[in-house]
Amino acid sequence: MTTVAKSTLLELWEQMLLIRHFETETERAYKAALIGGYCHLSSGQEAATVGTMHALGSDDLLITGYRCHGFALARGVAPEAVMAELFGRAGGCAHGRGGSMHLLDVERGYYGGWGIVAGQLPLATGLALALVRQGRQQCVLCELGDGAINMGAWHESLNLAAVWRLPVVFLVMNNAYGMGTSVERASAVTDLHRRAAAYDIPSLRVDGDDLLAVVEASSSLLSGARSERVPAVLELVTYRYRGHSVADPGFAYRSAEEIEEHMHRDPIQRVRALLVEEGLADAELEGVEHAAQERVAAAVEWARADPPPAVSELARGMYAPGSAAQFARMLAGAPFGERELVFAGGLGQ
Amino acid sequence: MTPAETAETPTPVSGTEVMTYREALRLALREELQRDERVFIMGEEVGVFEGAYKVTAGLLAEFGPDRVRDTPISEEGFVGAGVGAAMIGERPVVEIMTINFLLVAMDQVVNHAAKIGAMFGGEVRCPLVIRTPNGAGNQLTAQHSQSFEGWFAATPGLKVVAPANPADAKGLLKSAIRDDDPVLVVENLAIYKERGEVPLDPEHLVPIGLARVAREGADITLVAHGFATVRALHVAERLKRDHGVDAEVVDLRSLRPLDVDTVVESVTKTNRAVCIEEGWPTYGVTAELAARIQKACFDDLDAPVERVGMAEVPLPYAKGLETAAMPNEDRIAAAVLTTLGLRG
Ligand SMILES: Cc1ncc(C[n+]2csc(CCOP(=O)(O)OP(=O)(O)O)c2C)c(N)n1
Ligand SMILES: [Mg+2]
Repeated sequence: MTTVAKSTLLELWEQMLLIRHFETETERAYKAALIGGYCHLSSGQEAATVGTMHALGSDDLLITGYRCHGFALARGVAPEAVMAELFGRAGGCAHGRGGSMHLLDVERGYYGGWGIVAGQLPLATGLALALVRQGRQQCVLCELGDGAINMGAWHESLNLAAVWRLPVVFLVMNNAYGMGTSVERASAVTDLHRRAAAYDIPSLRVDGDDLLAVVEASSSLLSGARSERVPAVLELVTYRYRGHSVADPGFAYRSAEEIEEHMHRDPIQRVRALLVEEGLADAELEGVEHAAQERVAAAVEWARADPPPAVSELARGMYAPGSAAQFARMLAGAPFGERELVFAGGLGQ
Repeated sequence: MTPAETAETPTPVSGTEVMTYREALRLALREELQRDERVFIMGEEVGVFEGAYKVTAGLLAEFGPDRVRDTPISEEGFVGAGVGAAMIGERPVVEIMTINFLLVAMDQVVNHAAKIGAMFGGEVRCPLVIRTPNGAGNQLTAQHSQSFEGWFAATPGLKVVAPANPADAKGLLKSAIRDDDPVLVVENLAIYKERGEVPLDPEHLVPIGLARVAREGADITLVAHGFATVRALHVAERLKRDHGVDAEVVDLRSLRPLDVDTVVESVTKTNRAVCIEEGWPTYGVTAELAARIQKACFDDLDAPVERVGMAEVPLPYAKGLETAAMPNEDRIAAAVLTTLGLRG
């Protein structure tokens, strides 16, 4: 079993708390109509998120699905930039253009949250291919849900990763459901990691609510990918406490007892118990928890004060700088408002 | 060989009931499931979860898991399964959670379903229905705020309908299920809660390929389909009130086949047209309309045909940007006034 230094363990616990409180606050802000759109919370999945992000090297790359608040935070994106994105503000990590599902931070090698189930898998193989072509000894971690493995893109991506020996680890966050469909009802094989065998790719299935087990398994698979270009599948068995999204109460397809039972094995409480064993005092731990709450409160304040993006920049980023000239001859007979909204809205600037 | 339909002679039911668009679709599904054993529903979350947008609520309990079949997240797989089942006489009604995810199954729809009739010389038919909502406006962001019906309507071999009110939702979905070709039924996220009178007669069908004059008027023609029709009707009332403008609204209902005759008749009368769609106009439904109107009504037009749709950007998340980019009522009204020469 990997042992993690006490100070590291405390740091990881802090991150887990930050995510939990962030999600709680996010749900509150959503209900207060400060956040809109689809909003998928990751409460209950903190050990899997923080453990893998700890194992991922700072120059490795990350790509995820839409349940991505926790990944962004654990990767080190400022809570202010994440909350501002959820609020649709100019200071958000995607300048208010992406919202909850499309967080990113290129400086931290995070190439985005993506909203089409399994759409990010082929992209991950491309990131890994580029790393190989560029001779960089780095790897890619690609997060996906248990539901995503039933898409064709999963099979195509695993096969590509295997035949081209790509440095990519596919992280399957098995939280037992894809929306209201349990893994048993969706997948012919319920030990999901075994699917990797079809492509002769090494795989592991680990208790995703056990932080140290997550760190150990992800460290070993990521280092195999990084140094030997061995692609891998890591299945982390976890559970989401809240509904699929904020709009889903989450009780139509599972019982209150089932949720309750998982909450008894809460990943945050499990790490807390380890810290107590390590001799940390309750008062100190409470202080850490309180600090996480304050951190989130500060992010909310910051996001509230941040202005929304200007309509005069509607088309910002859509095309590379210099493209406006290519479009200049397309204006005649344009649809109503196109000149004002798109052409004057920063197209190609 | 086709299995016999199960219905006895239907007893005519008269009268109407006020219900939502969502309920009207559900009624159509229930009636068709009852009428014809070959009809079955499949899609993500249609059963236990009762539909991502609750259209199929209660149908699993009533008809069981063989007729109301939950699928894994495998659009290419189950759309293709629908095509295959339809080829030997089933009548699958496949639900795609939103039209954005239909792109994953584009190959099965465009390269397979659409080809079956013609490519095999009429030897095989594909009576498949795909139902799915388009639309934007809830900050769902770029990957979830699209309206691709024009792409499908651009494909020979497919039929595409887009009901704009509960009565047409029921009547067109039923016609689609009874049709012998692949039909895409385009719904809309914002329209599900719209209410209206719906005929209770289980034989209430709305013919595919027939538009409807949703509001009569003499000054200008607004051509729309789906949720854009709802917007157009609101704008027409507002223009009447604020500017004394009397707009006619043509609700296309079908995109392929397209009822050009109804559009031409209206524009010949009003001499001006503004075409509206939820999606991007460039290469879109309104582009097709503008082309046909200018050719058929060249001598009747007093102004260029105008088009209003979503601003041509991947839709941003921030509310202010999203609203500005949508074909909202302010933008439609401005386009109408401009076309009438009443605005600078
Ligand atoms: C191709 C596609 N089909 C359907 C959806 C709608 N959808 C969004 S999330 C989701 C469930 C995904 O479940 P899973 O992969 O287990 O991830 P989780 O939500 O549990 O994190 C579905 C069906 C989508 N976004 N993309
Ligand atoms: Mg899941």
